[in-house]
Amino acid sequence: MNPAPSVIIFTTLSGMGFGFLALLGLYGAPGWIGFFLWGTGYGLAGVGLMASTFHLGHPERALLAFTQWRTSWLSREAWASVVTLGLLAPQALSDWLGWGLGRGFGMAGAVGCVVTVLCTSMIYAQLKTVPRWNHWSVPLVYLAFAAGGGLILSGVRGLAMPALCLLGIAMAVQWFATAGRFAKAGATMESATGLGRIGRVSVFEQPHTGGNYLMREMIFTVGRRHAERLRMIAMVGAVMLPVVSLAFVPGVLGIGLAAVLHLAGAMAHRWLFFAEAEHVVGLYYGKR
Amino acid sequence: MTCLPPRTDKKLGLVIDLDTCVGCHACVTACKGWNDQGYGAPLSDQTPYGAEASGTFLNRVHSYAVQPDDMPAQIINFPRSCLHCEDAPCVTVCPTGASYKRAEDGIVLVNEDACIGCGLCAWACPYGARELDLAAGVMKKCTLCVDRIYNDGLPEEDRVPACVRTCPTGARHFGDLGDPESDVSRLVAAREGFALMPEMGTKPVNRYLPPRKKDRPEEASLLAPLLDIKATGLAGWLDRVLGKLP
Repeated sequence: MNPAPSVIIFTTLSGMGFGFLALLGLYGAPGWIGFFLWGTGYGLAGVGLMASTFHLGHPERALLAFTQWRTSWLSREAWASVVTLGLLAPQALSDWLGWGLGRGFGMAGAVGCVVTVLCTSMIYAQLKTVPRWNHWSVPLVYLAFAAGGGLILSGVRGLAMPALCLLGIAMAVQWFATAGRFAKAGATMESATGLGRIGRVSVFEQPHTGGNYLMREMIFTVGRRHAERLRMIAMVGAVMLPVVSLAFVPGVLGIGLAAVLHLAGAMAHRWLFFAEAEHVVGLYYGKR
Repeated sequence: MTCLPPRTDKKLGLVIDLDTCVGCHACVTACKGWNDQGYGAPLSDQTPYGAEASGTFLNRVHSYAVQPDDMPAQIINFPRSCLHCEDAPCVTVCPTGASYKRAEDGIVLVNEDACIGCGLCAWACPYGARELDLAAGVMKKCTLCVDRIYNDGLPEEDRVPACVRTCPTGARHFGDLGDPESDVSRLVAAREGFALMPEMGTKPVNRYLPPRKKDRPEEASLLAPLLDIKATGLAGWLDRVLGKLP
Protein backbone atom coordinates (compact mmCIF):
# COMPACT_ATOMS: atom_id res chain seq x y z
CA MET A 1 0.00 0.00 0.00
CA ASN A 2 1.13 3.52 -0.76
CA PRO A 3 2.50 5.12 2.43
CA ALA A 4 0.89 8.57 2.21
CA PRO A 5 2.84 11.04 4.41
CA SER A 6 -0.38 12.50 5.80
CA VAL A 7 -1.51 9.10 7.06
CA ILE A 8 1.90 8.36 8.60
CA ILE A 9 1.89 11.70 10.43
CA PHE A 10 -1.71 11.12 11.49
CA THR A 11 -1.24 7.64 12.96
CA THR A 12 2.09 8.37 14.71
CA LEU A 13 1.34 11.82 16.17
CA SER A 14 -2.25 11.13 17.20
CA GLY A 15 -1.23 7.74 18.65
CA MET A 16 1.41 9.38 20.86
CA GLY A 17 -0.92 12.28 21.67
CA PHE A 18 -3.83 10.10 22.77
CA GLY A 19 -1.46 7.89 24.78
CA PHE A 20 -0.19 10.95 26.65
CA LEU A 21 -3.69 12.41 27.07
CA ALA A 22 -4.87 9.15 28.65
CA LEU A 23 -2.13 9.41 31.29
CA LEU A 24 -2.87 13.10 31.91
CA GLY A 25 -6.53 12.25 32.26
CA LEU A 26 -5.78 9.64 34.90
CA TYR A 27 -3.08 11.43 36.90
CA GLY A 28 -3.31 15.11 35.93
CA ALA A 29 -0.69 17.85 36.08
CA PRO A 30 -1.17 21.09 38.03
CA GLY A 31 -0.85 24.74 37.05
CA TRP A 32 1.24 26.05 34.19
CA ILE A 33 3.18 22.79 33.91
CA GLY A 34 -0.20 21.19 33.43
CA PHE A 35 -1.08 23.78 30.77
CA PHE A 36 2.11 22.94 28.90
CA LEU A 37 1.69 19.15 29.19
CA TRP A 38 -2.01 19.15 28.28
CA GLY A 39 -1.12 21.46 25.39
CA THR A 40 1.47 18.97 24.17
CA GLY A 41 -1.07 16.13 24.28
CA TYR A 42 -3.79 18.17 22.56
CA GLY A 43 -1.26 19.49 20.04
CA LEU A 44 -0.05 16.05 19.01
CA ALA A 45 -3.56 14.61 18.75
CA GLY A 46 -4.88 17.70 16.97
CA VAL A 47 -2.06 17.98 14.42
CA GLY A 48 -2.41 14.25 13.73
CA LEU A 49 -6.14 14.51 13.15
CA MET A 50 -5.69 17.58 10.95
CA ALA A 51 -3.06 15.75 8.89
CA SER A 52 -5.50 12.90 8.27
CA THR A 53 -7.70 15.25 6.24
CA PHE A 54 -4.87 16.23 3.87
CA HIS A 55 -5.13 13.13 1.71
CA LEU A 56 -8.88 13.52 1.20
CA GLY A 57 -10.27 14.41 -2.21
CA HIS A 58 -12.87 16.65 -0.54
CA PRO A 59 -11.74 17.69 2.96
CA GLU A 60 -14.54 20.30 3.11
CA ARG A 61 -17.04 17.45 3.46
CA ALA A 62 -15.15 15.84 6.35
CA LEU A 63 -18.05 16.40 8.78
CA LEU A 64 -20.06 13.78 6.86
CA ALA A 65 -17.58 11.22 8.22
CA PHE A 66 -19.49 11.35 11.52
CA THR A 67 -22.62 9.80 10.06
CA GLN A 68 -21.84 6.10 9.54
CA TRP A 69 -20.61 4.94 12.95
CA ARG A 70 -22.81 1.85 12.77
CA THR A 71 -20.65 0.14 10.13
CA SER A 72 -17.53 2.21 9.51
CA TRP A 73 -14.44 2.16 11.72
CA LEU A 74 -13.32 5.43 10.16
CA SER A 75 -16.56 7.07 11.26
CA ARG A 76 -16.26 5.52 14.73
CA GLU A 77 -12.74 6.92 14.95
CA ALA A 78 -14.00 10.39 14.10
CA TRP A 79 -16.56 10.18 16.91
CA ALA A 80 -14.17 8.62 19.41
CA SER A 81 -11.51 11.27 18.86
CA VAL A 82 -13.88 14.25 19.13
CA VAL A 83 -15.76 12.84 22.14
CA THR A 84 -12.46 12.05 23.87
CA LEU A 85 -10.99 15.49 23.28
CA GLY A 86 -14.26 17.00 24.52
CA LEU A 87 -14.37 14.84 27.66
CA LEU A 88 -10.81 15.74 28.56
CA ALA A 89 -11.26 19.49 28.09
CA PRO A 90 -12.89 20.23 31.50
CA GLN A 91 -10.25 18.06 33.17
CA ALA A 92 -7.44 19.97 31.45
CA LEU A 93 -8.95 23.33 32.42
CA SER A 94 -9.46 22.14 35.98
CA ASP A 95 -5.82 21.01 36.23
CA TRP A 96 -4.52 24.26 34.82
CA LEU A 97 -6.76 26.69 36.70
CA GLY A 98 -7.05 24.65 39.87
CA TRP A 99 -10.86 24.19 39.87
CA GLY A 100 -10.46 21.08 41.96
CA LEU A 101 -12.69 18.92 39.72
CA GLY A 102 -12.45 15.18 40.53
CA ARG A 103 -10.86 12.84 37.98
CA GLY A 104 -14.17 11.66 36.49
CA PHE A 105 -13.77 13.44 33.14
CA GLY A 106 -10.11 12.38 33.02
CA MET A 107 -10.89 8.72 33.57
CA ALA A 108 -13.70 8.73 31.00
CA GLY A 109 -11.35 10.52 28.59
CA ALA A 110 -8.61 7.94 29.22
CA VAL A 111 -11.01 5.19 28.18
CA GLY A 112 -11.87 7.32 25.16
CA CYS A 113 -8.18 7.55 24.25
CA VAL A 114 -7.88 3.76 24.21
CA VAL A 115 -11.05 3.46 22.13
CA THR A 116 -9.78 6.09 19.66
CA VAL A 117 -6.45 4.33 19.11
CA LEU A 118 -8.30 1.03 18.78
CA CYS A 119 -10.59 2.54 16.12
CA THR A 120 -7.58 3.91 14.21
CA SER A 121 -5.98 0.48 14.15
CA MET A 122 -9.25 -1.22 13.14
CA ILE A 123 -9.46 0.94 10.01
CA TYR A 124 -6.53 -1.17 8.80
CA ALA A 125 -7.10 -4.42 10.70
CA GLN A 126 -10.63 -4.79 9.28
CA LEU A 127 -9.42 -5.08 5.67
CA LYS A 128 -9.53 -8.68 4.47
CA THR A 129 -8.07 -7.46 1.19
CA VAL A 130 -4.77 -6.64 2.91
CA PRO A 131 -4.04 -9.92 4.72
CA ARG A 132 -0.97 -8.57 6.53
CA TRP A 133 -3.15 -6.02 8.32
CA ASN A 134 -6.11 -8.31 8.92
CA HIS A 135 -4.76 -9.59 12.25
CA TRP A 136 -5.18 -8.95 16.01
CA SER A 137 -1.52 -7.93 16.35
CA VAL A 138 -2.21 -4.68 14.47
CA PRO A 139 -4.44 -3.16 17.22
CA LEU A 140 -1.92 -4.51 19.75
CA VAL A 141 0.97 -2.64 18.13
CA TYR A 142 -1.02 0.59 17.76
CA LEU A 143 -2.00 0.47 21.45
CA ALA A 144 1.58 -0.38 22.47
CA PHE A 145 2.88 2.62 20.50
CA ALA A 146 0.36 4.91 22.20
CA ALA A 147 1.32 3.57 25.64
CA GLY A 148 5.08 3.77 24.98
CA GLY A 149 4.94 7.25 23.46
CA GLY A 150 2.62 8.55 26.18
CA LEU A 151 4.80 7.21 28.98
CA ILE A 152 7.95 8.78 27.49
CA LEU A 153 6.24 12.17 27.50
CA SER A 154 4.96 11.61 31.05
CA GLY A 155 8.58 11.48 32.21
CA VAL A 156 7.95 8.48 34.46
CA ARG A 157 11.11 6.65 33.40
CA GLY A 158 10.49 3.60 35.57
CA LEU A 159 7.32 2.86 33.61
CA ALA A 160 8.35 4.19 30.20
CA MET A 161 11.33 1.83 29.85
CA PRO A 162 9.40 -1.42 30.48
CA ALA A 163 6.55 -0.10 28.28
CA LEU A 164 9.03 0.46 25.43
CA CYS A 165 10.40 -3.06 25.90
CA LEU A 166 6.82 -4.41 25.65
CA LEU A 167 6.36 -2.28 22.52
CA GLY A 168 9.45 -3.94 21.03
CA ILE A 169 7.97 -7.35 21.75
CA ALA A 170 4.62 -6.30 20.23
CA MET A 171 6.39 -5.06 17.08
CA ALA A 172 8.28 -8.34 16.77
CA VAL A 173 5.10 -10.35 17.32
CA GLN A 174 3.32 -8.35 14.62
CA TRP A 175 6.15 -8.79 12.12
CA PHE A 176 6.45 -12.53 12.65
CA ALA A 177 2.73 -13.24 12.97
CA THR A 178 1.73 -11.33 9.84
CA ALA A 179 4.60 -12.27 7.51
CA GLY A 180 2.81 -15.29 6.01
CA ARG A 181 -0.71 -13.85 6.09
CA PHE A 182 -0.97 -13.24 2.36
CA ALA A 183 -0.36 -16.88 1.49
CA LYS A 184 -2.65 -17.97 4.33
CA ALA A 185 -5.53 -15.82 3.07
CA GLY A 186 -5.65 -18.17 0.08
CA ALA A 187 -5.94 -15.56 -2.67
CA THR A 188 -3.85 -16.44 -5.70
CA MET A 189 -3.83 -15.47 -9.36
CA GLU A 190 -5.75 -18.70 -9.90
CA SER A 191 -8.50 -17.83 -7.39
CA ALA A 192 -8.58 -14.17 -8.43
CA THR A 193 -9.25 -15.10 -12.04
CA GLY A 194 -11.00 -18.42 -11.39
CA LEU A 195 -8.81 -19.88 -14.15
CA GLY A 196 -6.88 -22.26 -11.89
CA ARG A 197 -9.21 -25.04 -13.08
CA ILE A 198 -7.44 -24.90 -16.43
CA GLY A 199 -3.85 -24.46 -15.36
CA ARG A 200 -1.18 -22.12 -14.11
CA VAL A 201 -2.06 -18.44 -14.69
CA SER A 202 0.39 -15.75 -15.73
CA VAL A 203 0.03 -12.29 -17.22
CA PHE A 204 0.13 -12.30 -21.02
CA GLU A 205 -0.58 -8.61 -21.47
CA GLN A 206 -1.52 -5.87 -18.99
CA PRO A 207 -4.85 -4.10 -19.52
CA HIS A 208 -3.17 -0.73 -19.94
CA THR A 209 0.29 0.55 -20.75
CA GLY A 210 0.33 3.40 -18.21
CA GLY A 211 -0.22 3.28 -14.47
CA ASN A 212 -3.55 3.80 -12.75
CA TYR A 213 -4.96 4.67 -9.33
CA LEU A 214 -5.08 1.04 -8.23
CA MET A 215 -1.44 0.40 -9.07
CA ARG A 216 -0.22 3.62 -7.48
CA GLU A 217 -2.26 3.06 -4.34
CA MET A 218 -2.05 -0.71 -3.76
CA ILE A 219 1.00 -2.02 -5.59
CA PHE A 220 3.86 -0.19 -3.89
CA THR A 221 7.16 -1.98 -3.95
CA VAL A 222 9.80 0.62 -3.05
CA GLY A 223 9.52 0.15 0.71
CA ARG A 224 9.55 -3.64 0.52
CA ARG A 225 13.01 -3.68 -0.99
CA HIS A 226 14.36 -2.11 2.20
CA ALA A 227 12.08 -3.96 4.60
CA GLU A 228 14.84 -5.49 6.73
CA ARG A 229 16.68 -2.18 7.05
CA LEU A 230 13.49 -0.33 7.97
CA ARG A 231 12.66 -2.99 10.56
CA MET A 232 16.01 -2.34 12.22
CA ILE A 233 15.56 1.45 12.06
CA ALA A 234 12.08 1.17 13.58
CA MET A 235 13.22 -1.13 16.38
CA VAL A 236 16.36 0.90 17.19
CA GLY A 237 14.61 4.26 16.84
CA ALA A 238 11.28 3.55 18.52
CA VAL A 239 12.50 1.25 21.31
CA MET A 240 16.24 0.90 21.91
CA LEU A 241 17.57 4.47 21.65
CA PRO A 242 14.72 5.97 23.71
CA VAL A 243 15.40 3.38 26.44
CA VAL A 244 19.10 4.30 26.40
CA SER A 245 18.25 7.99 26.47
CA LEU A 246 15.84 7.57 29.37
CA ALA A 247 18.37 5.46 31.27
CA PHE A 248 21.45 7.64 30.83
CA VAL A 249 20.49 11.21 29.85
CA PRO A 250 19.19 13.14 32.86
CA GLY A 251 16.51 15.80 33.04
CA VAL A 252 14.14 17.12 30.40
CA LEU A 253 16.82 16.61 27.75
CA GLY A 254 16.67 12.82 28.18
CA ILE A 255 12.89 12.82 27.89
CA GLY A 256 12.87 15.15 24.89
CA LEU A 257 15.56 13.14 23.14
CA ALA A 258 13.71 9.89 23.83
CA ALA A 259 10.45 11.38 22.49
CA VAL A 260 12.02 12.64 19.26
CA LEU A 261 13.88 9.37 18.63
CA HIS A 262 10.76 7.36 19.42
CA LEU A 263 8.67 9.42 17.02
CA ALA A 264 11.23 8.99 14.23
CA GLY A 265 11.25 5.22 14.86
CA ALA A 266 7.45 5.18 14.90
CA MET A 267 7.39 6.91 11.51
CA ALA A 268 9.81 4.32 10.09
CA HIS A 269 7.55 1.61 11.52
CA ARG A 270 4.46 3.18 9.97
CA TRP A 271 6.13 3.68 6.59
CA LEU A 272 6.99 -0.01 6.56
CA PHE A 273 3.50 -0.91 7.84
CA PHE A 274 2.04 0.60 4.68
CA ALA A 275 4.78 -0.16 2.18
CA GLU A 276 5.02 -3.82 3.16
CA ALA A 277 1.27 -4.49 3.10
CA GLU A 278 0.16 -6.22 -0.07
CA HIS A 279 -3.34 -5.86 -1.48
CA VAL A 280 -4.96 -8.84 -3.20
CA VAL A 281 -5.88 -6.71 -6.24
CA GLY A 282 -2.21 -6.88 -7.22
CA LEU A 283 -2.86 -10.51 -8.20
CA TYR A 284 -4.83 -9.35 -11.26
CA TYR A 285 -1.67 -7.59 -12.40
CA GLY A 286 0.57 -10.52 -11.52
CA LYS A 287 2.16 -8.28 -8.90
CA ARG A 288 1.92 -7.81 -5.18
CA MET B 1 -26.62 4.57 4.44
CA THR B 2 -23.73 2.17 4.65
CA CYS B 3 -25.66 -0.63 6.34
CA LEU B 4 -26.18 -3.26 3.66
CA PRO B 5 -29.81 -4.11 2.82
CA PRO B 6 -30.66 -7.53 4.38
CA ARG B 7 -31.87 -8.66 0.98
CA THR B 8 -32.45 -7.08 -2.39
CA ASP B 9 -35.51 -7.62 -4.58
CA LYS B 10 -33.34 -8.19 -7.62
CA LYS B 11 -29.66 -8.97 -8.07
CA LEU B 12 -28.79 -7.16 -11.26
CA GLY B 13 -25.39 -8.02 -12.58
CA LEU B 14 -23.23 -9.12 -15.47
CA VAL B 15 -22.29 -12.53 -16.78
CA ILE B 16 -19.02 -12.46 -18.69
CA ASP B 17 -18.15 -15.26 -21.08
CA LEU B 18 -14.40 -15.87 -21.00
CA ASP B 19 -14.78 -18.32 -23.87
CA THR B 20 -16.12 -15.70 -26.25
CA CYS B 21 -14.24 -12.58 -25.17
CA VAL B 22 -11.64 -11.68 -27.76
CA GLY B 23 -10.03 -8.89 -25.72
CA CYS B 24 -10.92 -6.07 -28.10
CA HIS B 25 -11.46 -3.53 -25.26
CA ALA B 26 -14.63 -2.22 -26.94
CA CYS B 27 -16.42 -2.53 -23.58
CA VAL B 28 -13.72 -0.40 -21.96
CA THR B 29 -14.17 2.32 -24.57
CA ALA B 30 -17.98 2.18 -24.55
CA CYS B 31 -18.01 2.35 -20.76
CA LYS B 32 -15.71 5.35 -20.67
CA GLY B 33 -17.68 7.01 -23.46
CA TRP B 34 -21.07 6.62 -21.79
CA ASN B 35 -19.92 7.44 -18.27
CA ASP B 36 -18.11 10.54 -19.45
CA GLN B 37 -21.25 12.45 -20.31
CA GLY B 38 -24.11 11.62 -17.97
CA TYR B 39 -24.06 10.14 -14.53
CA GLY B 40 -21.80 11.93 -12.03
CA ALA B 41 -18.36 13.42 -12.56
CA PRO B 42 -16.76 12.60 -15.93
CA LEU B 43 -13.97 10.02 -15.99
CA SER B 44 -10.89 12.18 -16.25
CA ASP B 45 -7.52 11.48 -17.86
CA GLN B 46 -4.21 12.84 -16.65
CA THR B 47 -1.70 13.78 -19.40
CA PRO B 48 -3.53 11.52 -21.90
CA TYR B 49 -1.04 12.35 -24.66
CA GLY B 50 2.04 12.58 -22.43
CA ALA B 51 4.61 10.01 -21.44
CA GLU B 52 2.77 9.05 -18.23
CA ALA B 53 -0.75 8.68 -19.61
CA SER B 54 -3.23 7.64 -16.96
CA GLY B 55 -6.95 7.90 -16.35
CA THR B 56 -10.05 6.66 -14.58
CA PHE B 57 -11.78 3.58 -16.01
CA LEU B 58 -14.62 1.51 -14.60
CA ASN B 59 -13.75 -1.57 -16.59
CA ARG B 60 -10.39 -3.01 -17.60
CA VAL B 61 -9.56 -6.04 -19.73
CA HIS B 62 -6.65 -8.22 -18.65
CA SER B 63 -5.09 -10.93 -20.80
CA TYR B 64 -3.73 -14.05 -19.15
CA ALA B 65 -1.71 -16.98 -20.42
CA VAL B 66 -3.03 -20.11 -18.75
CA GLN B 67 -0.78 -23.15 -18.93
CA PRO B 68 -2.44 -26.56 -18.47
CA ASP B 69 -0.26 -29.51 -17.49
CA ASP B 70 -0.51 -31.42 -20.75
CA MET B 71 -1.65 -28.93 -23.36
CA PRO B 72 -0.37 -25.79 -25.03
CA ALA B 73 -1.04 -22.53 -23.17
CA GLN B 74 -4.35 -20.70 -23.71
CA ILE B 75 -4.74 -16.95 -23.93
CA ILE B 76 -7.78 -15.85 -21.92
CA ASN B 77 -9.05 -12.27 -21.99
CA PHE B 78 -10.48 -11.19 -18.71
CA PRO B 79 -12.68 -8.08 -18.29
CA ARG B 80 -12.68 -6.84 -14.69
CA SER B 81 -15.26 -4.44 -13.23
CA CYS B 82 -17.50 -4.07 -10.15
CA LEU B 83 -19.21 -7.36 -9.21
CA HIS B 84 -22.00 -5.63 -7.19
CA CYS B 85 -21.32 -7.91 -4.21
CA GLU B 86 -24.12 -8.93 -1.86
CA ASP B 87 -21.76 -8.48 1.09
CA ALA B 88 -19.97 -5.44 -0.30
CA PRO B 89 -17.10 -4.39 2.01
CA CYS B 90 -16.71 -1.12 0.06
CA VAL B 91 -20.13 -0.03 1.34
CA THR B 92 -19.73 -0.81 5.03
CA VAL B 93 -16.31 0.88 5.40
CA CYS B 94 -17.55 4.20 3.96
CA PRO B 95 -17.56 6.82 6.75
CA THR B 96 -19.93 9.28 5.04
CA GLY B 97 -22.70 7.11 3.62
CA ALA B 98 -21.69 8.03 0.07
CA SER B 99 -21.30 4.36 -0.80
CA TYR B 100 -24.54 2.39 -0.83
CA LYS B 101 -26.21 -0.72 -2.16
CA ARG B 102 -29.73 -0.32 -3.50
CA ALA B 103 -32.38 -2.52 -1.88
CA GLU B 104 -34.49 -2.67 -5.05
CA ASP B 105 -31.93 -4.05 -7.51
CA GLY B 106 -28.67 -4.58 -5.62
CA ILE B 107 -26.64 -2.06 -7.62
CA VAL B 108 -23.72 -0.60 -5.62
CA LEU B 109 -23.42 3.14 -6.20
CA VAL B 110 -21.55 6.19 -4.94
CA ASN B 111 -23.32 9.44 -4.03
CA GLU B 112 -20.57 11.71 -5.30
CA ASP B 113 -21.91 14.74 -3.40
CA ALA B 114 -21.21 12.98 -0.11
CA CYS B 115 -17.88 11.34 -1.06
CA ILE B 116 -14.87 12.81 0.76
CA GLY B 117 -12.41 10.88 -1.41
CA CYS B 118 -10.72 9.05 1.47
CA GLY B 119 -10.13 5.97 -0.69
CA LEU B 120 -10.96 3.44 2.02
CA CYS B 121 -13.64 1.74 -0.14
CA ALA B 122 -11.07 1.12 -2.88
CA TRP B 123 -8.81 -0.48 -0.25
CA ALA B 124 -11.68 -2.67 0.94
CA CYS B 125 -12.51 -4.00 -2.55
CA PRO B 126 -10.55 -7.13 -3.53
CA TYR B 127 -11.38 -6.71 -7.21
CA GLY B 128 -9.99 -3.24 -7.89
CA ALA B 129 -13.44 -2.09 -8.97
CA ARG B 130 -13.12 1.42 -7.60
CA GLU B 131 -10.85 4.18 -8.82
CA LEU B 132 -10.52 7.65 -7.33
CA ASP B 133 -10.92 10.25 -10.04
CA LEU B 134 -7.97 12.60 -9.68
CA ALA B 135 -9.72 15.58 -11.28
CA ALA B 136 -13.02 15.30 -9.36
CA GLY B 137 -11.55 13.92 -6.11
CA VAL B 138 -14.41 11.42 -5.74
CA MET B 139 -14.62 7.66 -6.05
CA LYS B 140 -15.84 6.26 -9.36
CA LYS B 141 -17.21 2.80 -9.99
CA CYS B 142 -19.41 0.81 -12.35
CA THR B 143 -23.04 1.94 -12.02
CA LEU B 144 -24.30 -0.94 -14.16
CA CYS B 145 -25.33 2.01 -16.36
CA VAL B 146 -28.19 2.80 -14.00
CA ASP B 147 -28.93 5.79 -16.26
CA ARG B 148 -29.48 3.47 -19.26
CA ILE B 149 -31.23 0.38 -17.93
CA TYR B 150 -34.30 2.28 -16.62
CA ASN B 151 -34.20 5.01 -19.26
CA ASP B 152 -37.51 5.18 -21.17
CA GLY B 153 -35.95 7.74 -23.51
CA LEU B 154 -33.77 5.05 -25.06
CA PRO B 155 -34.91 2.36 -27.52
CA GLU B 156 -35.53 -0.88 -25.66
CA GLU B 157 -32.46 -2.66 -27.05
CA ASP B 158 -30.27 0.11 -25.61
CA ARG B 159 -31.56 -0.33 -22.05
CA VAL B 160 -28.60 -2.47 -21.04
CA PRO B 161 -25.17 -1.39 -19.78
CA ALA B 162 -23.03 0.23 -22.46
CA CYS B 163 -20.41 -2.53 -22.24
CA VAL B 164 -23.06 -5.21 -22.91
CA ARG B 165 -24.63 -3.24 -25.76
CA THR B 166 -21.32 -2.72 -27.51
CA CYS B 167 -19.69 -6.13 -27.12
CA PRO B 168 -19.18 -7.37 -30.70
CA THR B 169 -18.92 -11.05 -29.72
CA GLY B 170 -21.81 -11.19 -27.27
CA ALA B 171 -19.48 -12.09 -24.42
CA ARG B 172 -21.29 -9.87 -21.92
CA HIS B 173 -24.77 -10.55 -20.58
CA PHE B 174 -26.92 -8.44 -18.27
CA GLY B 175 -29.84 -9.55 -16.11
CA ASP B 176 -31.26 -10.52 -12.74
CA LEU B 177 -29.05 -13.14 -11.15
CA GLY B 178 -31.44 -13.38 -8.19
CA ASP B 179 -34.12 -14.94 -10.38
CA PRO B 180 -33.17 -18.58 -11.11
CA GLU B 181 -35.37 -18.55 -14.23
CA SER B 182 -33.73 -15.52 -15.85
CA ASP B 183 -31.64 -15.96 -19.00
CA VAL B 184 -28.43 -15.04 -17.19
CA SER B 185 -29.10 -17.45 -14.31
CA ARG B 186 -29.78 -20.30 -16.74
CA LEU B 187 -26.64 -19.43 -18.65
CA VAL B 188 -24.62 -19.55 -15.43
CA ALA B 189 -26.17 -22.91 -14.53
CA ALA B 190 -25.54 -24.39 -17.99
CA ARG B 191 -21.95 -23.20 -18.25
CA GLU B 192 -20.93 -23.58 -14.60
CA GLY B 193 -20.35 -19.87 -14.07
CA PHE B 194 -18.13 -18.98 -11.14
CA ALA B 195 -17.49 -16.12 -8.72
CA LEU B 196 -14.12 -14.40 -8.24
CA MET B 197 -12.12 -14.76 -5.00
CA PRO B 198 -14.85 -16.51 -3.00
CA GLU B 199 -12.39 -16.71 -0.08
CA MET B 200 -12.82 -12.95 0.45
CA GLY B 201 -16.42 -13.53 1.58
CA THR B 202 -17.88 -10.72 -0.55
CA LYS B 203 -20.56 -12.86 -2.28
CA PRO B 204 -20.24 -11.22 -5.72
CA VAL B 205 -23.32 -11.11 -7.96
CA ASN B 206 -21.47 -11.07 -11.30
CA ARG B 207 -20.45 -14.43 -12.71
CA TYR B 208 -17.75 -15.50 -15.16
CA LEU B 209 -18.27 -18.36 -17.61
CA PRO B 210 -15.15 -20.51 -17.95
CA PRO B 211 -13.62 -21.13 -21.37
CA ARG B 212 -15.06 -24.27 -22.99
CA LYS B 213 -12.88 -27.37 -23.02
CA LYS B 214 -10.42 -27.38 -25.91
CA ASP B 215 -10.21 -30.33 -28.32
CA ARG B 216 -7.40 -32.71 -27.45
CA PRO B 217 -4.71 -32.84 -30.17
CA GLU B 218 -4.57 -36.35 -31.69
CA GLU B 219 -2.06 -38.64 -30.01
CA ALA B 220 -0.47 -39.38 -33.39
CA SER B 221 -0.71 -37.85 -36.86
CA LEU B 222 -3.45 -38.94 -39.26
CA LEU B 223 -0.68 -39.52 -41.79
CA ALA B 224 1.04 -42.06 -39.55
CA PRO B 225 0.51 -45.14 -41.84
CA LEU B 226 1.91 -43.25 -44.84
CA LEU B 227 4.95 -42.01 -42.95
CA ASP B 228 6.24 -45.51 -42.18
CA ILE B 229 8.20 -45.77 -45.48
CA LYS B 230 10.19 -48.90 -46.28
CA ALA B 231 13.04 -47.87 -48.58
CA THR B 232 14.00 -50.26 -51.38
CA GLY B 233 16.77 -50.44 -54.01
CA LEU B 234 19.81 -48.19 -53.64
CA ALA B 235 18.12 -46.09 -50.96
CA GLY B 236 17.27 -49.29 -49.06
CA TRP B 237 20.87 -50.55 -49.28
CA LEU B 238 22.19 -47.13 -48.11
CA ASP B 239 19.66 -47.11 -45.25
CA ARG B 240 20.85 -50.54 -44.08
CA VAL B 241 24.58 -49.80 -44.44
CA LEU B 242 24.43 -46.35 -42.81
CA GLY B 243 22.32 -47.79 -40.02
CA LYS B 244 25.08 -50.30 -39.22
CA LEU B 245 27.85 -47.70 -38.94
CA PRO B 246 28.69 -46.79 -35.36
